[in-house]
Amino acid sequence: MSSPANAAAMPRVAVVGMYAFLIVSALFFLAPFLVILINSVKPMADIRSGNLLTLPSEITFEPWRIAWSSACTGLDCSGIKPGLWNSILITVPAVVISVLTGALNGYALAQWRSRFADWLMLFILIGLFVPYQAMLYPTVKILSGMGIFRSYTGIIFVHVVYGLPYTTLLFRNFYVGVPDEISRAARMEGASFLRTFWSVILPISTNIIVVVAILQFTGIWNDYLLGLIFAGNDNLPMTVQLTNIVNNSRSAAEPNVNMAAALLAAIPTLIVYFVSGRYFVRGIATGAVKG
Amino acid sequence: MYNISLNKIRKTYGDLTILHSVEMEITEGEFVVILGSSGCGKSTLLNIVAGLDTCDSGQILIGDKDVTDLEPSDRDLSMVFQSYALFPSMTVRRNLSFGMEVARVPKAEREAKVAKVAQLLQIDALLDRKPSQLSGGQRQRVAIGRALVRSTGVCLFDEPLSNLDAKLRTETRVELKKLHNDLGFTMLYVTHDQVEAMTMADRVAVMNKGRVEQFAPPQEIYEKPANLFVASFVGSPEINQIAGHLSGNGSLDIGKTHIDLSGYAFENGTRPAQDAILAVRCEDIKIVPPAAGHITAQLDFVELLGADALAWVLYHGKRLSVRMGVDQARALESEVGLQFDLTKASVFCTKDGHRL
Repeated sequence: MSSPANAAAMPRVAVVGMYAFLIVSALFFLAPFLVILINSVKPMADIRSGNLLTLPSEITFEPWRIAWSSACTGLDCSGIKPGLWNSILITVPAVVISVLTGALNGYALAQWRSRFADWLMLFILIGLFVPYQAMLYPTVKILSGMGIFRSYTGIIFVHVVYGLPYTTLLFRNFYVGVPDEISRAARMEGASFLRTFWSVILPISTNIIVVVAILQFTGIWNDYLLGLIFAGNDNLPMTVQLTNIVNNSRSAAEPNVNMAAALLAAIPTLIVYFVSGRYFVRGIATGAVKG
Repeated sequence: MYNISLNKIRKTYGDLTILHSVEMEITEGEFVVILGSSGCGKSTLLNIVAGLDTCDSGQILIGDKDVTDLEPSDRDLSMVFQSYALFPSMTVRRNLSFGMEVARVPKAEREAKVAKVAQLLQIDALLDRKPSQLSGGQRQRVAIGRALVRSTGVCLFDEPLSNLDAKLRTETRVELKKLHNDLGFTMLYVTHDQVEAMTMADRVAVMNKGRVEQFAPPQEIYEKPANLFVASFVGSPEINQIAGHLSGNGSLDIGKTHIDLSGYAFENGTRPAQDAILAVRCEDIKIVPPAAGHITAQLDFVELLGADALAWVLYHGKRLSVRMGVDQARALESEVGLQFDLTKASVFCTKDGHRL
């Protein structure tokens, strides 16, 4: 990371160049977002007459209101609102469970060495390399067998299981850098494995917990495929309802409503990033630099 | 308070034998230092005593109770780690009381014990700080405090001073020794630093390649090393070694010269003819004017150390160190005579290194 001290030591040209590069890349990534933002507050008349890149003739929040509460997702015309609640209900428990179990797994694999630890890690890593799509059919069969296919429990279970290889890997790599004397000291004090994990290890893992939680949150919140297949009609997450609005064939296409709906679906992840960005950078830095 | 006995402790990793049947009897209240270079198995041995590692065979008794298969917390002992291993998220107070919390000791009793130990180690003022807000020396005190607060009488130390700077190390060494005198705990202390071993130990166990080479009081280790390894490992500069042949008439033949060993007390009083090594500490050699009948050597160079000096002389192609006063060192001629104090010297068998 470049601290102010480093920046001061750089030659002026390099600083200018660095900022120029950063600004250009920021613009590049922000451009689509700006287009969506502008069009979400345009009246339909503007969109029908002109191209998508002009500024709105008047700013209206009507598309947002429609997207939120009255756009049609299939037969139901109550907007994207119910999806928000569904998404929260799915994402929060799935993130909490996958982060905590990932931390426990990672800690066990990193510090309580057994002969099989490395082999286990390898198997878990294979889980990372196999694409979701390849596992869909077997997962459907398994969940039907368990009687939780297309149910609330089912979608959380799928998210947790699919997230575990990733969270386990991240936590393991973090805990490999924690001196194992700390665990041994706790063992000398009579603390059990779980007690050590809970009282000693988890409290020093804040940074990595935040990083993994953010990654999991974004992943699960933005998930479409698993939500569509495993959630069941009553629990469809926001992303699925978003596509239903966009693909709704009962009325003419309303791009401004679609874009407002897309932004609504993206807001929670943005909030999470803004609120925890500091921890995120810190967590990534502690992971990279052994300290 | 407890005594510890280790019976035939063996430990292997695959083909590699870390500990060959280690035996040790540590009496109650004794301060025992296990001394050895890295990789000699000393830390493994300590971990096995602590219960953090298992042994392949053998038996560990603490206070006459067989603890070989018990968890560390059931062995009535505590341990200080090299990196202190304080719990980073907890205050000093909670670091000290965590073990008692786990053991469900009542709060009042916990507080009383913490207060007592904190006072003993003068860390009362630090109780509400986090480990990251402490200096190295303070962390070390807290780590020792954590070991003492639960301790019933056996304390294990795994190179506890090696992360401190030289000055602090000397201070803590003295305090630790004083603590031992005051509390009378049995202490088992692992280090590679021979000064720590010499100054603190009641007895030192010198380890090499998974074996205890000698287990004796420090002065005896220094003066009467049991074998060539102990002789050369302990002492700085390294003990002077002169290889030769021990003849039947009790002199060491080196080429055409002879060193008369009649002043040396052989073990068992026997001295079979064989190749042997005479080992003499640098302070047990005296420089005398070269004369007939004396061993003569050439002065190589002189190191002035402040309090005294080391003269390095060449004798039969080997460099020997001689300790002397600074004034004498300044006045040395290029040709010197040497006189060995044979009552303090050692003679070792060349073949297997044992003391003759």
